[in-house]
Amino acid sequence: MSHLVFEQLLNGVQLGMFLFLVAAGLTLVFGFMDVINLAHGSLFMIGAYGMALFAGLTGSFFLGLLLCLPVVALCALIIEYLVIRPLYNRDHLDQVLATFGLILFINEGTTMLFGRMPLFLNVPDLLSGSVAITDSFSYPLYRIMIIAMGIMVALILWFVIVRTRTGMRIRAGTTNREIVEALGVNLDALNTTIFVVGALFAGFAGAMAGPLSSVEVGMGDHLLILCFVCIVIGGIGSIRGALVGALAVGIFDTMGRAFLPDLLGKIMDPASASGIGAGLSSMSIYLLMVLVLIFRPTGLFPVARSE
Amino acid sequence: MKNTLLACAIAAIASPALAEDAVKIGMVTTLSGPAGYLGADVRDGFMLAMKEEGGKLGGVDVEVLVEDDGLKPENGRAIAERFLERDEVEIITGVIFSNIAPVVAPLTLRAGKFYISPNSGPSSFAGKKCHENYFVASWQNDTLHESAGINATELGYKNAFILAPNYQAGKDALTGFKRFFKGDIVDEVYTQLGQTDYAAEIAKIRAAKPEMVFQFLPGGMGINFMKQYDQAGLNADIPLVLAAPSTDINILRAVGASMVGNANSAHWNHDLDNEANKAFVAGFEAEYDRLPTIYASQGYDTARLIASALRATGGDVTEDMDGFRTALKAADFDAVRGPFKFNNNHHPIQNWYGRVVVEENGEFRNKTVGIIAADHADAYASECKM
Repeated sequence: MSHLVFEQLLNGVQLGMFLFLVAAGLTLVFGFMDVINLAHGSLFMIGAYGMALFAGLTGSFFLGLLLCLPVVALCALIIEYLVIRPLYNRDHLDQVLATFGLILFINEGTTMLFGRMPLFLNVPDLLSGSVAITDSFSYPLYRIMIIAMGIMVALILWFVIVRTRTGMRIRAGTTNREIVEALGVNLDALNTTIFVVGALFAGFAGAMAGPLSSVEVGMGDHLLILCFVCIVIGGIGSIRGALVGALAVGIFDTMGRAFLPDLLGKIMDPASASGIGAGLSSMSIYLLMVLVLIFRPTGLFPVARSE
Repeated sequence: MKNTLLACAIAAIASPALAEDAVKIGMVTTLSGPAGYLGADVRDGFMLAMKEEGGKLGGVDVEVLVEDDGLKPENGRAIAERFLERDEVEIITGVIFSNIAPVVAPLTLRAGKFYISPNSGPSSFAGKKCHENYFVASWQNDTLHESAGINATELGYKNAFILAPNYQAGKDALTGFKRFFKGDIVDEVYTQLGQTDYAAEIAKIRAAKPEMVFQFLPGGMGINFMKQYDQAGLNADIPLVLAAPSTDINILRAVGASMVGNANSAHWNHDLDNEANKAFVAGFEAEYDRLPTIYASQGYDTARLIASALRATGGDVTEDMDGFRTALKAADFDAVRGPFKFNNNHHPIQNWYGRVVVEENGEFRNKTVGIIAADHADAYASECKM
């Protein structure tokens, strides 16, 4: 039993790290630029499709990754320049409307380019197989690598934001944009950089998702909702918050799916326990969000803002 | 080639000389979305049967109107209403999914027309609510999974871990499996509809150590599950026993080599040794340059069933409803799946075949192993008062 709990915990951490990759970009853009970008999930999808395309063409997973990231960056540049930039000083509702339109546009465009049949990617040979953690239990190498990537991205982000001049500007800009601009910092360039970096994280997550799940139109839309939950729990604009929020959501969701039906099974018949358990566990992360918001209305790690 | 065929069909529709006395058949089917290949194959199988007769069925001129429901019940309703009221079709067929059937079938039956399903066979129309003008040429839904239960029992498994999405068809699938599986159920898990990550469920399977796993996760869900199951290294230790919808050739191609050796069951396979099937498979490959899926075989059988009834009545459908119904019920044609007859509830009594996935020249295919259930009927027929 303790094995199972440990393995499910690992599954939860892996899901959490995966969510963090997407949520990090979302929280940066939302926190620093004050832009709600619903099309963040589409950038995730572009990463996955780019990966499927280039890995298919070159026959190599790593070459595919190398080629797909510039494509994601290019798409992000175009989106930022054409759609996001004119909306910086507009209402959130305008941004929601425009970026929702982008979702429809990108989904239909992808359908026209790639068709409706989902694409498939295999785990590269180098990363396939499992790692024996104890004698009786092994864990897929690919999933361990996703955890490692998540930790790496978290460390890089921490270093950039806490230890570099750019990071200082980002932190300052999140707190008070006008003052930073008055001090002579080129906010336009910084905005573009942050948007593209955020998009790259999402695209990277999408590329990594390919071997685990089928690559299909709209694959990022469902994920986007989960990521919003993560950053709301963590506190909008905070990378640390996104990490904690994503881990909490990943672990809560996985543990709920794994153990709720069994726990309910002790008090009711298996069929209904399974049904109710499945329903409850899909609600569990939203319940978590509600709980956090009751006690910490600005999230676990709120970012100071002067309005 | 496909385009020429469609052009023929459209030309047939456009030709006013034909429109006078041709029998109109409306096909409400699913052509778009990830599951669009199901409807496309049913349509292509149906059209192949027509093409073999030079655009006729049973020697009678027919017009086939095809429309895509996009897997949305409201679209299915709109298309069926248009077919019935504006186009005055006499037969409606083509429905793929069990959430479209409960919308389209009652509309058709209320309009006094024939409904012939090439795929979906929900339990709701197989028992008490069976109808004299409602026919299913494929299978009653439960029997797909009953055959998996029979197969698992015959393969000697003593216990099983079973999982399906948390919706009606998922629950029916597990019920069907349990109806004929003689071993114990280690655990019964319902996943979320549209779930993409199955790590939690796979960990549960690993911990439960069942002898086998049965899953009914249609479409992309099943492909994701199979890939992750293989990545978790469970394929070698805990085999899966699957039903036909989880093992059509498109899914085999997507999941790849890890499916080789998988035991599953179906009412048809491309290698069944009968004359009708040999002609069908060769004809389909020549026409469309791909191997037919199980859905293509169902479309073809549905067309030839209609052809047999049209031949018997000389093309009368609505003019001689009793005659057409009797002729349909007789099912006087050589089905590509082998022996085929209708039960009292107008659902098939047919053989179920055990199959194993093999690799042939780099392609993944099912190979028939033998009959696991001969003349298998569904569980609801006794509730039907026909």
